[in-house]
Amino acid sequence: MEKYLNILNIAIYGSAVLLMLIGLYGALTKKSLIKIVLGLSILDSGVHLLMIAIGYLKDGTAPIFSPGNEDKMNIMVDPIPQALVLTAIVIGFGVTAVALSLVIRLYRHHNTLRIDEIKKLKW
Amino acid sequence: MKKVIVLISLGILGFYLIDIFLGIGFGVPHFTNGVKDLYLSNSKDTLKVSNVVTAIVVNFRGFDTLGEVTVLFLASTALGGILYKKRHHVGERSVLFPASQVVMSGAKLLFPSIVLLGAYVFIHGHLSPGGGFQGGTIIATGFLLMLLTYRNYSVSHNRLVYFESLAGILFVSIGLVGYFSKGSFLENVLPVGNMNELFSGGVIGIIYIAVGFKVAAELTGIIYTVLHEKD
Repeated sequence: MEKYLNILNIAIYGSAVLLMLIGLYGALTKKSLIKIVLGLSILDSGVHLLMIAIGYLKDGTAPIFSPGNEDKMNIMVDPIPQALVLTAIVIGFGVTAVALSLVIRLYRHHNTLRIDEIKKLKW
Repeated sequence: MKKVIVLISLGILGFYLIDIFLGIGFGVPHFTNGVKDLYLSNSKDTLKVSNVVTAIVVNFRGFDTLGEVTVLFLASTALGGILYKKRHHVGERSVLFPASQVVMSGAKLLFPSIVLLGAYVFIHGHLSPGGGFQGGTIIATGFLLMLLTYRNYSVSHNRLVYFESLAGILFVSIGLVGYFSKGSFLENVLPVGNMNELFSGGVIGIIYIAVGFKVAAELTGIIYTVLHEKD
């Protein structure tokens, strides 16, 4: 039961999960295509925050052997989630760019951004 | 009604996610501990690279990065293909309002230093925070500033394609050199040097410079395509 009482854990993971939920809510319920793409982008940010938070070590330093930090290997935070997030940010950028260009094409074709006004695209 | 269903299911999802991650705990050693120590010590002792994230991204997981660069290339190509129809010519792009004299002079003054900062970030990617993706993005913001300020500023598309292909070919050929001389793709073939010097880490610096050029060219191409969209 005491795991629900740690304020720091709740703040860190709670904010990350909250971002993910906000993004999913926007992507699921909003009618505007721009807002749906924004929701997916917010969901991305939440996942990135979550992954970085998992890799943290208490009182840890950045995983960089800069001069003066060569012997601090055992207090360095986990570099693997950071490398994965670097990849994920780039992929997220590519996905957002292609999604927005598709939105531009849809707008050009239907002259509206609301998905309930575009036929054959109803929920 | 739909919103209520979505809210209830998101609440259940959020509760279980919080439950799982609170069970893992924040700031405690956890499941990737052995792998992490292996990466840290390998990066320090055999590769002599001080930024461990760079060592993982470019060397230990270099094949992933090749795929990532390919995804970015694919995104920029897809964007160009999707928005192919109706392109503005240089100089007739619609702008909301023309830039003032202060913005024009400031952009001209800032552009070289932005490009220099980007180059610094991707050349020193194995020594300090930063790297090819970040440096390339900084250079692309410099081009964005110029494109937003001067309405007849143009970037040669042929030159972008040239830089991009050359950087990609450099990346793959370094990988192939490693494959044919050491037996695995992207294996280090150059001397590793000393820690915390510019010439350290073998091929990592060269690969990150190639990635920086590629990312800068791709992002500039994406910005250019979107800005010259006719609506």
